[in-house]
Amino acid sequence: MHAFRNILRIEARLYLRDLPTLLLTVGLPTVILVVLGLVPSLRKPDPTFDGQTFVSYFAPSLLVVTLAMVGVNILPAVLATYRERGVLRRLATTPAHPAALLAAQLVLALAGILASALLLIVVARLAFGVPLPRHPLGFTLAFILGTAALLSLGLLVAAVARTTRAAQALAVPLFLVTMFFGGVYLPRFLLPDVVARIGDYTPPGVQALLDAWTGAPPQALHLGIMAVIAVVAGAGAAKLFRWE
Amino acid sequence: MPVIEVTHLKKRYGDLVAVDDVSLAVEAGEIFGVLGPNGAGKTTTVECVAGLRVPDGGGVSVLGLDPRRDAAQLRQRVGVQLQESQLPDRLRVAEALELYASFYRNPADPAELIDKLGLGDKRNTAYKKLSGGQKQRLSIALALVGNPEIAILDELTTGLDPQARRDTWGLIEQVRDSGVTIVLVTHFMEEAERLCDRVAVIDRGRVVALDSPAGLVSTVAPEQRIRFRPSAPVDDRLLTDLPEVSAVQRTGSQVVVTGTGELLHAVTSVLARHQIVAADLRLEQSTLDDAFVELTGHRPAN
Repeated sequence: MHAFRNILRIEARLYLRDLPTLLLTVGLPTVILVVLGLVPSLRKPDPTFDGQTFVSYFAPSLLVVTLAMVGVNILPAVLATYRERGVLRRLATTPAHPAALLAAQLVLALAGILASALLLIVVARLAFGVPLPRHPLGFTLAFILGTAALLSLGLLVAAVARTTRAAQALAVPLFLVTMFFGGVYLPRFLLPDVVARIGDYTPPGVQALLDAWTGAPPQALHLGIMAVIAVVAGAGAAKLFRWE
Repeated sequence: MPVIEVTHLKKRYGDLVAVDDVSLAVEAGEIFGVLGPNGAGKTTTVECVAGLRVPDGGGVSVLGLDPRRDAAQLRQRVGVQLQESQLPDRLRVAEALELYASFYRNPADPAELIDKLGLGDKRNTAYKKLSGGQKQRLSIALALVGNPEIAILDELTTGLDPQARRDTWGLIEQVRDSGVTIVLVTHFMEEAERLCDRVAVIDRGRVVALDSPAGLVSTVAPEQRIRFRPSAPVDDRLLTDLPEVSAVQRTGSQVVVTGTGELLHAVTSVLARHQIVAADLRLEQSTLDDAFVELTGHRPAN
């Protein structure tokens, strides 16, 4: 516990030292939100979105940006680099276990995701009148399960990739697919219906987030799928992860 | 009593036999070298000693403990510097040492260690900005920060320039003088000759020789060569009659005498008796390099 705390402190410092990446990770969704929110027509209620504004409709997709960046891109890249450079192996020779470093990275990933989501929700509320999530409990649950599913996939990538390059080769397509089905590249109402429906079930489960934020409680099936993905990918990662 | 005992160690990776049969014992307070060509099984052997790998057969005992069963205790008492082990780019020297010190019950003072390793003006420098020699010294410092009784150092000076290598050697001697037993994995013969009290030569997963560097040279490659220009003509028989001499050759005005044992003494005595002065006299002895080639059939990588 003692070693974990010290490692977490140092790793947090290393993140803060890389300020551009940190700002991009935490702030990018909010920046996109602000840019879109400056377009007046996107702030008008529209029947396409059940009488919501486009900004409200699109906000959950913006949550996907940080989740995807941190979960399937940064986390596996950092872990694969630490393994390839022998950082984990060196730690294995000391009384501290390399799992402490992995845990510290997970905590930091969660912190980044949480900071980014809070910033987005608060700015959306204050600047563009997007209501706070209507179903706070359902939203929190959808967010936690979606995050868990993506982080587990990220860990699985870090587990099966032997090198940093291999991790990148797996992470980039996974990142693009997550962003695509999450409706980041093209808003979901413009996607063919079947693609949008697939997106309901790909992590982090953007439909559940949208439902809980602006409409009905999230559907149990949507949440259940995220839980299954989190557990299966997480168990796979735990089984396959190598420290060197 | 030995602090490390390895008996009939075996380790396989799939079909590849990395360590076939290695037995050795390291005494307290010595610098023990593990030499061998690439892929001979040196690193695997020390990784089993450090508890990083599980042997397929044989026994390993370190400070009377089992490296796997008593891993937690041993990690407090054994410092390891692994081959090609790096740190995060943005981590600073002092941060790294303070972090690693915090893992141990009875650590060295990081600030003192930084000074001792000549990194005093680099304490706030990021790992990425250190030179190869500085990175290596930091790596050694991390292996020592827990105040270990045994330090295992793998490929200590690979990639360092000659000056940095000599500085590192001086440092290792200091560490040994402070009472730490050192296991040094290397393929630099000069390094082993300079530092090691005893060396084990490993080839194809087996120990092919175990002795002091000088002992190894004199048993494996005992041949010596003397070159000189005699001040007066010398009859070859004068020299070939000596029991120490095996051959005499001439190149121009130079005489080259090959032999073993107290060759120099025997040759100079017989010349003196005949009032012949040996000008430009040079003695060429085999080095650990030659012994290594004899033992393994490989040129040491360099």
